[in-house]
Amino acid sequence: MAYAAGVDVGSRQTKAVRVDEEGVIVAGSLTDSGANVVQAAQDAFDRALDDRGLSEREVEYVIGTGYGRYRVTFGNAQVTEISCHGRGAAHMFPGTRTVLDMGGQDTKAIRVSKTGEIDDFCMNDKCAAGTGRFLGAASMALDIPLDKLGDTALRSTKPVRISTTCTVFAESEVLAWLGKGKKIEDILWGVHQSIAMRSASLMRRVGVEDEVTFTGGVSKNPGMVAALEEKLGVKLNVSEESHYMGALGAALFALDHIKASREPARHTEEARP
Amino acid sequence: MTIVFGIDLGSTYAKRLLLDDQDNVLASAMKPTGFRLAAVAEEIFDECLAAAGLSRDAVDYTVSTGYGRHQVAFRDVQVTDLTAAARGAAHHFPGTRTVLDVGGQTMKATRVDEQSKVHSFRLNDKCAAGTGAFLEKTARYMGYETPEIGGLLATARAPVPISGVCAVFAESEVINHLSLGTPPADIMQGAIESLVGRSLQLLKRVRAEPEHTLIGGIVRFPTMVAEVRERLAGQQVNVLEGDAVQFVSARGAAILGHRRLLRVAGKPIRNPGVLEATA
Repeated sequence: MAYAAGVDVGSRQTKAVRVDEEGVIVAGSLTDSGANVVQAAQDAFDRALDDRGLSEREVEYVIGTGYGRYRVTFGNAQVTEISCHGRGAAHMFPGTRTVLDMGGQDTKAIRVSKTGEIDDFCMNDKCAAGTGRFLGAASMALDIPLDKLGDTALRSTKPVRISTTCTVFAESEVLAWLGKGKKIEDILWGVHQSIAMRSASLMRRVGVEDEVTFTGGVSKNPGMVAALEEKLGVKLNVSEESHYMGALGAALFALDHIKASREPARHTEEARP
Repeated sequence: MTIVFGIDLGSTYAKRLLLDDQDNVLASAMKPTGFRLAAVAEEIFDECLAAAGLSRDAVDYTVSTGYGRHQVAFRDVQVTDLTAAARGAAHHFPGTRTVLDVGGQTMKATRVDEQSKVHSFRLNDKCAAGTGAFLEKTARYMGYETPEIGGLLATARAPVPISGVCAVFAESEVINHLSLGTPPADIMQGAIESLVGRSLQLLKRVRAEPEHTLIGGIVRFPTMVAEVRERLAGQQVNVLEGDAVQFVSARGAAILGHRRLLRVAGKPIRNPGVLEATA
């Protein structure tokens, strides 16, 4: 059995996925990117091999993606995370036309064609507003772990409107609301709504077409899913593996390569006149 | 004698002063604004009165300014920070045509006319990258506290470029530089230069003209002033000494209070040299 793998080196976390010849995920792993990105990529990859005692050689082709894709030193090729997220989302949810990928430091809206190709995309490139960092700032200011933010926000009854755009100022605004006696869940729901609003405007720039698939680490946050669904008025596709979507896309591209290289060479010869 | 209390509730520091109608500052001080704005305003009013040995009754008029101006419950009137800053700057430097105010969470460029009226202005209001918060974040990424920034800057030798587009994304830039062995002082200096770059963009957008008067807490860093002077070579750049740069808006607010009192009383402005900000 031959395997293909994808390694997605993100700003916060590095994800690795190994797929079999049918494109089914057989192993996945997640590790903090940290300061030594090369090592993080290797670790994530090793762990995606581990469970079955596979050796590196049994993985025929590896593709790196994410902002640190060129740090995947053992990778055979690199593909941008835009293509990989589009591909992964379309594979997991074939009806996908719009992808929203929300990671630690960036948010991307991607429109994909019926065949899973990228039609258009848009991203926040200069500013941390509306990214996972906004939630990170709220988590720090309120001293609530990131993975509890969503559930806490969903208990809100009287949402607070967060008016600042900048992530740095949002931190002070959150503290100011707390000082005014607002409840933590109401402030947090406001934070989620504010991110949803920015993401929705990013998505409108590429055009929101049903179905919408939500990927990236922040898609694990139920509060963010609810805030986006409310803002966009559509139901989002979210998978348990949605934070592996970029790595999955990379693994699928790797699988394409393996299959293409197995095609008998005479095909190309026959095509010649 | 009439006494006016001018209070400037800024995003980071609250500045206040008591000014009599002979242009004497009876008391002035500042403290961190914090998050209990209304309570802080009350506290510092009493502190200021105690310092001057006065009771509340002795104060004829209170003018508030700054982002927390509406939180000052005992105010008689509030003026925008732009108006107050323009008036204060013109009081200290009558030739002022442009005011650049760089504070903890804001950056403002204002062009004023001969009567020190605000003609046009531009704010950096949505983003921390052009404010003191940017320097604070940069320092914190390197493990330094805000009060250490000045000392750090004094040892800078060869500044490295910091893009200054986002105070959050600056973190990765700072970490990259540190891992390459760049001294923190040079990174800090790079952050100051990027801040100056943003101020000049703002000045350009209001079509700034000399004389330029720089105010606000960030102007207390001598390197900030030196950089601005260098970039505006040949043009007059005014800066007050020490912490006086932080009191310009509170002073302006107090001056406006005196002018208003006189106008309400139907009296001529007795001491134009003092209360008329321009010569």
